[in-house]
Amino acid sequence: MARIGVFVCHCGTNIAGVVDVKRVAEYALTLPGVKYAIDYKYMCSDPGQNAIIEAVKEHKLDRIVVTACSPRMHEGTFRKAAERSGINQYMSEMANVREHDSWVHSDDKEAATLKAMKLMEMSVAKVRRSEALSKMYATVEKRALVIGGGIAGIQAALDIAEAGHKVVIVEKDPSIGGRMAQLDKTFPTLDCSACILTPKMVAASQHPNIELRVYSEVVEVNGYVGNFDIKIKKKASSVDNKKCISCGVCTLKCPSKRAQSEFDEKIAPRKAIYTPFPQAVPNKPVIDREACTFFLTGKCRICEKVCPTQAIDFNQQDEVVTEKFGAVVLATGFDIFDSNVYGEYGYGEYKDVVTSLQFERLINSSGPTEGHVVRLSDKKEPKNLVWIQCVGSRDESKGRPYCSRVCCMYTAKQAMLMKEHYPEVNCYVFYIDIRAAGKNYEEFVQKAQNEYGVIYLRGRVSKIYEKKDKLIVRGADTLSGSQVEIVADMVVLANGLEPRKDAKSLAQLFHVSYDQYGFFTELHPKLGPVETAIAGVFVAGACQACKDIPDTVAQAGAAASKVLGLFSKEKMEVEPLIAKVDPLVCSGCETCYNVCPYSAIEMEDREVSRGNLKHVAKVLDSVCKGCGACVGACYSKAVDLKGFSERQVYDQIETVTQ
Amino acid sequence: MKQYLEEKNFKQGFRKDVERLSKQKISNCYQCGKCSAGCPMAFKMDYPPTMTMRLIQLGLHDEVMGSNTAWYCVSCETCTTRCPREIDIAKVMDTLKIMAQAGKYEVSDTEIPIFDWIFLKSLQYTGKVYELGLIMTYNIISLNPFKDVFPLGLQMFLKGKIALFPHFINDPVAMWEHLEMFSKIHKKQKEKIRETNG
Repeated sequence: MARIGVFVCHCGTNIAGVVDVKRVAEYALTLPGVKYAIDYKYMCSDPGQNAIIEAVKEHKLDRIVVTACSPRMHEGTFRKAAERSGINQYMSEMANVREHDSWVHSDDKEAATLKAMKLMEMSVAKVRRSEALSKMYATVEKRALVIGGGIAGIQAALDIAEAGHKVVIVEKDPSIGGRMAQLDKTFPTLDCSACILTPKMVAASQHPNIELRVYSEVVEVNGYVGNFDIKIKKKASSVDNKKCISCGVCTLKCPSKRAQSEFDEKIAPRKAIYTPFPQAVPNKPVIDREACTFFLTGKCRICEKVCPTQAIDFNQQDEVVTEKFGAVVLATGFDIFDSNVYGEYGYGEYKDVVTSLQFERLINSSGPTEGHVVRLSDKKEPKNLVWIQCVGSRDESKGRPYCSRVCCMYTAKQAMLMKEHYPEVNCYVFYIDIRAAGKNYEEFVQKAQNEYGVIYLRGRVSKIYEKKDKLIVRGADTLSGSQVEIVADMVVLANGLEPRKDAKSLAQLFHVSYDQYGFFTELHPKLGPVETAIAGVFVAGACQACKDIPDTVAQAGAAASKVLGLFSKEKMEVEPLIAKVDPLVCSGCETCYNVCPYSAIEMEDREVSRGNLKHVAKVLDSVCKGCGACVGACYSKAVDLKGFSERQVYDQIETVTQ
Repeated sequence: MKQYLEEKNFKQGFRKDVERLSKQKISNCYQCGKCSAGCPMAFKMDYPPTMTMRLIQLGLHDEVMGSNTAWYCVSCETCTTRCPREIDIAKVMDTLKIMAQAGKYEVSDTEIPIFDWIFLKSLQYTGKVYELGLIMTYNIISLNPFKDVFPLGLQMFLKGKIALFPHFINDPVAMWEHLEMFSKIHKKQKEKIRETNG
């Protein structure tokens, strides 16, 4: 017969203010098997835990129920207390009477007390059938995969590599560098973006522990924390990187004029064989087969002829390799909001309405215009420029109610740079609110207004239309209560950020959850900002939420430190709450094998009695996550979940329906 | 929506004039509204102080100079004391009044400057304010000769609050000093106007 102890926590007044804890404890004593029950102000405090330990020893209890808060908060605390008192830690249960009861039923104390009694009774019913389980351990493959070669990925990889572990960076573009490589200057210090990024890119490429896999994508993910099996597809670049000496002759001679440079945000052409930008790392060209004359018409092969090392290989095929990793950092970054959604701003229709990233390329001295800001329509220098903030931010009608956090700052930066390069131009900024919450950010925006004379107008623009070769911008300034009309030469849309288009499919590969926009969901908004609900998968940078460079670098460092924490252990503790198959009952129907989302079930031929082999399912302990899908699917009830056995669950249901 | 603003209205020259004369950085204003919140005269003003600062920022001189805002400012300096951006708003208001007097910009048709002018003239000639003269001159110039005569004016007259004749400074030395002071002020005023227009 079980000897159960029930410990009812007041949680200050959080529970005791609503639930009659004394009555709950008294009721517990009437239940079969309950030998001891008390209530106490804070069960989780040291005296509270000591009370449990002493009670276990004194009353020879062999299992305990703590009626308190959510197991998410204190399950670990009470399991450890159980262990210290000398019983198996899985002989402890929690009944959540705070989140599930007192907090939500504060208007009806009597009903709340009755519910608390029921919840406690259910836990008692469950713990009665608990079995002692022992912790399991799994090995850790000390090799990390970083997906995304932007500043977040580079930083995370460098931090992990510095600590002595191997890292692979997978980047889908031909070069690492990401968004930051496209930028001109960075706020609030106006230091050159490339100047601070390229040293890191070079460091990553030369680090003995870092391996770059550019022009590659993750296509399949198996396994679990410490032991991921990940398939990486290397797209055919049609260039043999071992032979290529990065001389650039192929790019120079390529006659193709079909493609627009993605790196230059499609405001400049690029060749079919190209490196995205001069400081690309690795500096090896790739052939864009959709633009290459040879691949389209079967004639040309000029690059092959001019290549001094015969590095061009038109027959190269996509390669898929499967590798083992212990941890993954997702750092896929962001796209900018599609400006076409705002028809009233005429993006696409009027050439001189540009996106913020296009403007970044225009004002960048290594950009297609070598830093000369010109109108895309007639290549004349603009005299009046208008920035429109919150394009795709804080706009529920466009499905983007969130603030993108960086647009206020980069708008101020761009207007400031414009004033610096061309002091005689007029810069107007339409804004809703200025959100400059960061170190030296507010001062930066004020500087744009006060020192540089950028005119800020508080209101959204309602319409842009063309008149002769000018753009008429109709907006408002709510501060002076007037409608505003500006005759502009160029309009820059301060696009908001959104996740990469393929972020969702990547998240699905890893079973990482994402929000309605596609941003990866962190484990906890405050206390787990870099972890995901999938152990061993971490997030860094703008793929998790809109972020500027300092925050991205900080989060990348945090993700790296989590990876290193994981790698610091020789073996990893895993919860033993997993499925087990009774081979005598199993009929070998393979239903569980098919439903298991983690591929944790194997079919084997097993000797169940002397000389008799039987085709049965077997659970791979280290792969099983304990989701219970197989338990529900099994026709012959041969599978059960340790710590959540069917008998336990039925007992609980019986208790609550009595 | 009061006016329809076009790019050509953004006269940064006006903002710079006000900033130069008042030695205040008006572009610093971030429109928190604390000045308007504490202003005891805002209820009388066409534009509260916050909006006046905004109009100056945008260079909308017609709106600023055409409004009565500066004229209703009583220089209590509550706004100045409380401004988080350290703009001396009362001083800006004074500057606007000086600029109005200097005549560079078209000004509002409020009667307050007329009252101020008569008040100062009265003070200059007699050394003390000559109430009856002040009231009558103001009423005649503002084309409202019987304003407040009945019953308020009569009652005050009967109680001896308004004297029939002006009081003068009796001490000739003091009177001389008084006139000396006024001539200094006139000189300063001329300088100020030259500065304003220059």
